[in-house]
Amino acid sequence: MKFGVIVFPGSNCDHDCYHVIKHVFNREVEFVWHKQPQLNKFDAIIIPGGFSYGDYLRPGAIARFSPIMSQVIDYANRGGLLLGICNGFQVLLEVGLLPGAMRTNHQLKFICEYVNIRVENNATPFTQNCAQGQVLRIPIAHMQGNYYVDPETLKQMQAQNQIIFRYCSPEGQIDEAHNPNGSLYNIAGISNKAGNVLGMMPHPERCTEDILNSTDGRLIFESLINRLSQRESTVVSY
Amino acid sequence: MLEATIYITLKSGVLDPQGETVKHALHSLGYPQVEEVSMGKYLRIKLDGLNPQQAATHLEQMCRRLLANTVIEDYRFEIKEIA
Repeated sequence: MKFGVIVFPGSNCDHDCYHVIKHVFNREVEFVWHKQPQLNKFDAIIIPGGFSYGDYLRPGAIARFSPIMSQVIDYANRGGLLLGICNGFQVLLEVGLLPGAMRTNHQLKFICEYVNIRVENNATPFTQNCAQGQVLRIPIAHMQGNYYVDPETLKQMQAQNQIIFRYCSPEGQIDEAHNPNGSLYNIAGISNKAGNVLGMMPHPERCTEDILNSTDGRLIFESLINRLSQRESTVVSY
Repeated sequence: MLEATIYITLKSGVLDPQGETVKHALHSLGYPQVEEVSMGKYLRIKLDGLNPQQAATHLEQMCRRLLANTVIEDYRFEIKEIA
């Protein structure tokens, strides 16, 4: 089981992702520089948070054209597991692997705080270790997390269970008071139709160890690792 | 040499928090007649070796591919000859 963490100029959460996978979960992980001509064989790829290309023009707008991205797109279209965190989510939106776009937070502040998100769909490779409706306490740190998609597409996404995380109260209540950035429908994370690509604004890689205030982020990684282990044992049993 | 000026704005119906904030600031400054403010981006691109028609085609592509996020933004541009 091998994880790849894409690194763009300006990515800064790549090391946290690497640390969590290698040292907390003891799995093989590699950094992938954006200019690498060849994408090695990975079982899961993470596009980490940060400020790729300084967020110039729009967050993720330029990273999406980085050389490695055409291979990441092929990988995703072949069903590869792809997780975009924060700026990674923005890249996935800009590249069109996920629907919608990010706008500036509605109160125009960079928000750096712990929030609660509710698991709306625990049938994905990224949430299968969560309970349906479970509330996770995970930090956000962003200026452009205000998700938008047109009403037609939102309806389709709801029908196809593509809405994975929504901002909520600690008890799981979804309302405007607990929406940190004005995100449409309190959306904090979504998947593509096939369910192999997930984008989320909160940072699970910042809360996987007891000394860091919350370990809820573990569930995302545990889900991925479980799914990959299931795949492996399926292959072996052939 | 051609010079293109490109205007990129949020689509109407997409919330514009920056525009709203500027509007409120103008109201506080004593301009209650301000009904709406919308903030956008302005780019100026100088192009060499293209005629205006070619430039327009290229600019369309540039806008759609990179300069504007057509999910939430509209764009328009003007081209003129410069010395």
